[in-house]
Amino acid sequence: MSDKTEKTEPRLSVFKTYKLYVGGKFPRSESGRVYEVTDSKSNWLANAPLSSRKDARDAVVAARKAFGAWSGATAYNRGQILYRIAEMLEGRREQFVREVADAEGLSKAKAAAQVDAAIDRWVWYAGWTDKIAQVVGGGNPVAGPFFNLSMPEPTGVVAVLAPQESSFLGLVSVVAPVIATGNTAVVVASEESPLPALSLGEVLATSDLPGGVVNVLSGRTAEIAAPLAAHQDVNAIDLAGADEDLAKELETAAADNLKRVLRPQPVDYSATPGIDRLTAFLETKTVWHPTGALGASGSSY
Amino acid sequence: MPTTAPAAPAELADVTASDSTLRRFLHGLPGVDAVGLEARAASLGTRSIKTTAKAYAIDLAISMVDLTTLEGADTPGKVRALGAKAVHPDPTDRTTPATAAVCVYPDMVAVAKEAVAGSDVKVASVATAFPAGRAPLSVKLADVREAVAAGADEIDMVIDRGAFLAGHYMKVYDEITAVKEACGTSARLKVIFETGELSTYDNIRRASWLGMLAGADFIKTSTGKVAVNATPANTLLMLEAVRDFRAQTGVQVGVKPAGGIRTSKDAIKFLVLVNETVGEDWLDNHWFRFGASSLLNDLLMQRQKLATGRYSGPDYVTVD
Amino acid sequence: MAFEYAPAPESRAIVDIAPSYGLFIDGEFTEAADGKVFKTISPSTEEVLSEVAQAGEADVDRAVKAARKAFGKWSALPGSERAKYLFRIARIIQERSRELAVLETLDNGKPIRETRDADLPLVAAHFFYYAGWADKLDHAGFGPDPKPLGVAGQVIPWNFPLLMLAWKIAPALATGNTVVLKPAETTPLSALFFADICRQAGLPKGVVNILPGYGDAGAALVAHPDVNKVAFTGSTAVGKQIARTVAGTHKKLTLELGGKGANIVFDDAPIDQAVEGIVNGIFFNQGQVCCAGSRLLVQESVHDELLDSLKRRLATLRLGDPMDKNTDIGAINSAEQLARITALAEQGEAEGAERWSPACELPSSGYWFAPTLFTNVTQAHTIARDEIFGPVLSVLTFRTPDEAVAKANNTPYGLSAGIWTEKGSRILAVANKLRAGVIWSNTFNKFDPTSPFGGYKESGFGREGGRHGLEAYLDVR
Repeated sequence: MSDKTEKTEPRLSVFKTYKLYVGGKFPRSESGRVYEVTDSKSNWLANAPLSSRKDARDAVVAARKAFGAWSGATAYNRGQILYRIAEMLEGRREQFVREVADAEGLSKAKAAAQVDAAIDRWVWYAGWTDKIAQVVGGGNPVAGPFFNLSMPEPTGVVAVLAPQESSFLGLVSVVAPVIATGNTAVVVASEESPLPALSLGEVLATSDLPGGVVNVLSGRTAEIAAPLAAHQDVNAIDLAGADEDLAKELETAAADNLKRVLRPQPVDYSATPGIDRLTAFLETKTVWHPTGALGASGSSY
Repeated sequence: MPTTAPAAPAELADVTASDSTLRRFLHGLPGVDAVGLEARAASLGTRSIKTTAKAYAIDLAISMVDLTTLEGADTPGKVRALGAKAVHPDPTDRTTPATAAVCVYPDMVAVAKEAVAGSDVKVASVATAFPAGRAPLSVKLADVREAVAAGADEIDMVIDRGAFLAGHYMKVYDEITAVKEACGTSARLKVIFETGELSTYDNIRRASWLGMLAGADFIKTSTGKVAVNATPANTLLMLEAVRDFRAQTGVQVGVKPAGGIRTSKDAIKFLVLVNETVGEDWLDNHWFRFGASSLLNDLLMQRQKLATGRYSGPDYVTVD
Repeated sequence: MAFEYAPAPESRAIVDIAPSYGLFIDGEFTEAADGKVFKTISPSTEEVLSEVAQAGEADVDRAVKAARKAFGKWSALPGSERAKYLFRIARIIQERSRELAVLETLDNGKPIRETRDADLPLVAAHFFYYAGWADKLDHAGFGPDPKPLGVAGQVIPWNFPLLMLAWKIAPALATGNTVVLKPAETTPLSALFFADICRQAGLPKGVVNILPGYGDAGAALVAHPDVNKVAFTGSTAVGKQIARTVAGTHKKLTLELGGKGANIVFDDAPIDQAVEGIVNGIFFNQGQVCCAGSRLLVQESVHDELLDSLKRRLATLRLGDPMDKNTDIGAINSAEQLARITALAEQGEAEGAERWSPACELPSSGYWFAPTLFTNVTQAHTIARDEIFGPVLSVLTFRTPDEAVAKANNTPYGLSAGIWTEKGSRILAVANKLRAGVIWSNTFNKFDPTSPFGGYKESGFGREGGRHGLEAYLDVR
């Protein structure tokens, strides 16, 4: 131990370069452009990537590529991974509290409550992965010699416009239910407050979540959402982060390949969610099997 | 009209080379989905056969009946009455066709022969320790030879269901070929599977092919002595088998549902099955039969109804 | 001598078709506001059956107002009372099923065998099933006391006119909604007879309103600002248009659209039953079925054997008078549909696929198309991609289960599929991978009111039938 303590300048901190999260990697925007992100008092916080249509396209490709394995994984496995996300977030709680406080102009205590709720939300959905099929699926007592079962299946690639106001709890509340059931997601972060979403990408990358299951884009919501709503390889869109005009425009575009559309609606993200966001992106598949008798008992005349 | 060939047609000679080849072949036949088979049979059962078609079908059905008595209490008198009825089913209407055959136990063959003498009605005899078939082969063959010697035109044998269910297909095959040999050239052989005891449709398809490979002239569902006898579904399945067998070998084999067919309506449904599964080549009593007893009177009453426009009653047909 | 079936015509006398019909609004039959009418004909003979009032925008408005007015009382009724109305309707349909079967056959052209044995029993069963839900909605898994949406605007197709009506109206009424329904312009009659059944059942005025008419009436209904729920069954193109119309509104939407179902036959299939399933899959209702098995995917190793069996079977199909109880294949529903089928079949030939039909005499009047199959079809052929909605089967081959699944899924549609194999684990594995809402293993075209029906992808969204079918008519999510 040295006694000599020199008076030095305060240490210059290392800024973080916020990057997109696409296909398990952290690219800059293909456009090469960024935009300034400020706190609620207009202080500069960071530059965020300004995603282009091509970034959206790349994200869809990544999400589609990931869909087979993620939807084919066991529900138990998906539950473990969602729980792992909660574990990883817990460890980086302080960082997210700071980012949420900055983004939403909240006190540290209020921001902490948001982050805690978001962590707990991952735990809630982690538990749903292997239960939702039992709640919404089941056997159908058809009138005939058939065994008939209806089971939920993920819709596919879901574009998610994260809520604009609730930059982290809202984000988690819309992303977790989409992937819990086996969908993959292209998430457009809150336009004004994208930093918690971009940081979430870093957590997802270290939570055993396969690359491409969640892809996070930042930028102008309307610009990124338009190509996603029109994209023929996107199966559904959650319009939570769209205003009324944009929502109508996107829903109209989404009709081209009959995307499932979840319209924007008032949501209290602090309340315990129901299963509506889970079922919004589920298909029901009904499979018929003949049963008949054990032996050749004969048919009626 | 294709003719009947000796056992194991050349195309399939390898199949019966050994127990294992036979087993592999029978187990390699396409499976049968029970629900689908029964649905198809039921759907054909909804055909509506009216007026001229009904008249045709009733006469055809009468001509296909193997008029049967297989009781412990059979007597020469009973068999003679049956023979007379087979030749002239409706004494009030001589245009009524004769039945195809009378079917009796071996000891009644001579009586039956006499009763149908001078007509085209054949005499069929159940043999091979009918209905159980549980006797030594030598006894079964003696049973067959006696019946043939007494003048039987047709032999209805039962297979050894025990051997079949135990998977001893070659034993079943050998027994059929031995009986076929005992039939000689004068008697046609009907092979009864007792489908109700084989229980599954897969087994019925395998038994059908086994019987045909061994030289059966007819494959027949049942003895009429167990709980489940002829059904539209098992008969449809056997019709598919004879259809496929002819397509593969050129050899045509007849089909005889027996037991449980009691009404004209039932009989017509079977004829529809024949018509729409194998077609008119089988719509002839050389290739399709009904093993039945009470069926004939119902056919006769329906025939009278068509002729007169009035419903008939049991007092207007003969009770034998 | 062959066994020829004598004609066995169902009696037409059982149904009394009036020379003209009105719109059914607020419990009364009424003329269209602009006095327009159209003729409905029997597609098997081109005979005019009746003249029917043609709804326009003003009539749509009138009907929606009537439904709105009726909504308050109807939705406030105890569920057990609504249930009894639906049970009454189910019973009256059962009583009148022979009449309705004949009517449907006359107006649609499908064989009486199908209306009698499939359509009508399913219609009655559907009302019976949903009747039982009306007082049990608390237990349906949508939370306590789920609320109806309001006025449901429903537009249905011509292929199963009364059955599609049942699929729409039964769950709507059970959940407490009121209904304005537009039947297809070529098949308005059974819906109008249903209006009479509503009267016999004593259903309150305005709860069910029936508006015969064309696409413009359907569009006006979908666009009407006081409609809370839109349900449509029909083509994918129209479905997309409807989705655009309701975009940005609060209307809840369910769509049941087109399909290009793959019927996959593996080499270990129960061949005879597979042949029946293929025939049922594509020739049931002349192939005018959204979930038809219009693409046959055959494992190459059994292709020839299967095709021989299939052709032999097709030769036994009986095409002709739909009123004959022995007819298997009836008339195509309209001249327009016949032209579409004809054009697509010609395109199949032009693109090099091999066309085959059994020897088959077509009646001289009416709209007819012989059962047709195309072999040597590849994924690139139009007839392997476009929904033909007619008795035309495209036969493709595959080598492995992976390839079968890839080809089956290679379509924007996702409504139905069939799997034929005797291997249980393969059924489950393949069913799991198929992106379609209804999968039949070792069977095809089976329907049941308890069983949810509906598509993936461009075959639409939402489910009809079963507990799932309630969601479309409840204010949940």
